[in-house]
Amino acid sequence: MVEPVTTSDTPWLEADAEPLIRIKGVSKKFGDFTAVNNVDLDIYQGELFCLLGGSGCGKTTLLRMLAGFETPTAGQIFIDGVDMVDVPPYERPTNMMFQSYALFPHMTVEKNVAFGLKQDKVPKDEIAERVHNILKLVELEEFKKRKPQQLSGGQRQRVALARALVKEPKVLLLDEPLAALDKKLREQTQFELANIQEQVGVTFVVVTHDQEEAMTLSTRIAVMDKGEFQQIGTPTEIYEFPDNRFVADFIGSANIVEGKVIEDGSDYVLVSTDLGDVHIDHEDSVKEGSQVWVAIRPEKIQLSKTDPGKSGPNHITGKVDDIGYLGEMSIYLVRLESGQIVDVTSPNQIRPRTKSQGITWEDEVYLSWESSSVMLLNK
Amino acid sequence: MLARLLRKMQSKWRTIVIVIPFIWLLLFFLAPFFIVGKISLAELKIASPPFTEMFDWKDGGFPKIRLVFDNYLYLWEDSLYFRTYLNSLKISIISTFICLLIGYPIAYGIVRSGPITKQLLLFAVILPFWTSFLLRVYAWMGLLADQGTINNLLIWIGLIDEPIRMLYNEFAVYVGIVYTYMPFMILPLYANMEKLDGTLNEAAADLGSKPTNTFFNVTLPLTMPGIIAGSLLVFIPATGEYVIPDLLGGGNVLMIGRLLFNEFSANTDWPLASAVAVVLLILLVLPMTIYQYYQGKATEAEA
Repeated sequence: MVEPVTTSDTPWLEADAEPLIRIKGVSKKFGDFTAVNNVDLDIYQGELFCLLGGSGCGKTTLLRMLAGFETPTAGQIFIDGVDMVDVPPYERPTNMMFQSYALFPHMTVEKNVAFGLKQDKVPKDEIAERVHNILKLVELEEFKKRKPQQLSGGQRQRVALARALVKEPKVLLLDEPLAALDKKLREQTQFELANIQEQVGVTFVVVTHDQEEAMTLSTRIAVMDKGEFQQIGTPTEIYEFPDNRFVADFIGSANIVEGKVIEDGSDYVLVSTDLGDVHIDHEDSVKEGSQVWVAIRPEKIQLSKTDPGKSGPNHITGKVDDIGYLGEMSIYLVRLESGQIVDVTSPNQIRPRTKSQGITWEDEVYLSWESSSVMLLNK
Repeated sequence: MLARLLRKMQSKWRTIVIVIPFIWLLLFFLAPFFIVGKISLAELKIASPPFTEMFDWKDGGFPKIRLVFDNYLYLWEDSLYFRTYLNSLKISIISTFICLLIGYPIAYGIVRSGPITKQLLLFAVILPFWTSFLLRVYAWMGLLADQGTINNLLIWIGLIDEPIRMLYNEFAVYVGIVYTYMPFMILPLYANMEKLDGTLNEAAADLGSKPTNTFFNVTLPLTMPGIIAGSLLVFIPATGEYVIPDLLGGGNVLMIGRLLFNEFSANTDWPLASAVAVVLLILLVLPMTIYQYYQGKATEAEA
C-alpha cells in the first residue's frame, strides 16, 4: 500500500515533516449557527487521528468537509498538498466509513466492496483479487454472497470498513465506527481496527464521542467543543496534561476546584482551595493572588482508614459519603469539612479478610496525593 | 384461566379481522366475476335477461349444462377485437411510461423539498381528486378543442394561423390518461423514495461514483418497488379506461373499454361483452400474478 512519507512515530514533533492533511482557518456556518469556527490542524501520514467531542461540537461537520459533503464557509483544506475545496467527493482521495455504514441493500457483500473499484474502471480480475484480499483481511470471505441485511452488526461494520479500504485511499474517514456495536464487541473491534490500520498503513481520521475509544485507538486526539479545538495531543498529553478545565473534565473524571495562588515558588505553587492549601509542582511562574483551577484525578488520590503519617504536603481528612463498588476497584465520594465532595477511586488490591470488612459509609478517612499529580489550570 | 380466555378471544378477533375483508372480496369481487364468466359462456337471446341459462332444469333431476364458447371464438376470429386489445395495451403502456417519466422527478422533488413545501406539493398532487373526474375530462375538451383555450391562445400570440387538431385523436387520449392517473404514479413513488436512506447517495459519491451513475446504480434499483407499484396503478385502470377514450378520443381511438360498452349497451350482446371483460381481466391479472410469484420467491430467498 502507500509508503509512509516519514519514518518517525511522532511526525507532528518534526519541524520539516509535511502533513498529509492540512486544515487552515476552516469555518462552517449553517445559517446563524457556527458548527466549526476557524480551526487549524495538521494530520500526518500513517496517523490514527481522533476528533473527540460531545454531540454538536462540530466533529462530524469537520469530517464531512474532509470527505467533500460540506463546503467550508471559509478556509482551506489540503490533502497531500492539493487544495480540496472545489474537488467533489467522487474525486477526492478519501473514503468514508459511515456511522450507519450506508451499505447498499440491493447488493451482496462482494458487490458492495467492488462498487468503488468499478467506478475507477479497475480491470475485472484485479477487482476480484482485491475484493478477495480485503474480505480475507476482515474475515468475511464466506459471507461474500450475502446481502447486508443478512449480516450481524459486527459483520456489517467490517463490510463497511472493507468497502472503504479496498480503494486504498490516502485518508480513511470513520464516523463513529463502533457506536452501533454492543459493548463487548466494541472493545474487541477497537483493537482490530487499530491492527488493520497498522497493516494497511492508511491514515485514519476517526470521529467519536467515546473517550475510551479515542484513548485506545489514536496516535493523537483533538478534543472539540463548540466548533473549536480545546486541545490537540497524544492520549497521555490530553489525560495527564490538559490545557484547560473543559479537557480535564471531559476526558476521564477529575476533581476540579477553584483557588487563589498564595505563594509562587521556583518549582512549586501553593494554591488556597476548598481542599485546603494545595502544593503543586510547577516550574512556570504564576502571579500571586491570581485565580486558578486545581484538578486532581480520582485515581491519584490515596485513601486510607488509618493516618498514613504526615509524609507529603498534601493531605486532608473527610467522611465517606457514598461508595460505588465495581469489583476491581471502588469509587468513594468523600465529604470534606469544607463541604467539598472529593471523588476517589481505589483499586481493590487486597481481598478483605471477612465479608463485612473494609471501608464503609461515615468512616473517617485520610486522603493524600503527590504534588506532582496535581494539575494547575488557568482557564 | 383468564389468560387462556384472553388468548381465545384474541384468536377470535384475529379470525374476524381476516374474515371480514375475505367475505367482502368474495361477495363483491369473486362472485360478480363468476357471474360475468357464466354469462360469457351463454348465447345471446332476445329476452330479459338477454342470454341463455347455463343450467337447464326442465327435465328435472340432474340439470343439463350448456356451455357455449362461441363468444371467445368470435373474439379470436374477428380481428377488430385483437387490434383493439393491442391498441389498448399500447396506449396504456405508453401512458404509464410517460407518467413515470414525469412523475419520477416530481416525486423526487417533493421528497427533497423542505417540510412545509413538501406538505403543499403533496396537497397539490391530491387536489384534483376533490373535483369530479368527469368534470376534469370535460375541462380538457374545452382546452384542447379547435376553438379551445390553447388554440385560441396560440393564434392570439401569432404562433399559428390555423387551429391544431388536438381533440378526438390519440393525442387527446394520452393527455387525458396521463393527467388523470399521474397522482397514482407519484404517490407510491413518493412513499418509496421517502424511505430511501440519503447517506447511500453520499456513500456512492464517496466511492467515486458520479451523480448520474449513482442514480442508475443506487437510486433507481432501490426505487424499483415504487416504480412497479405506481406503474401497475396506472397501467391496469388505463387499459380498461372507457370515459377518456370516449370523450377525448371520439370515435377515432380504439380502446377495449369503449368496445365493451358498445357490445353491452348499444348491441345488448351481454355474452360477448362478458367474454371481452373476461379476456381483459386475464390479460391484466396474468402478468401481475407472475410478477407476484417471483417477487414472493425473491423475498423468501432474502429472509
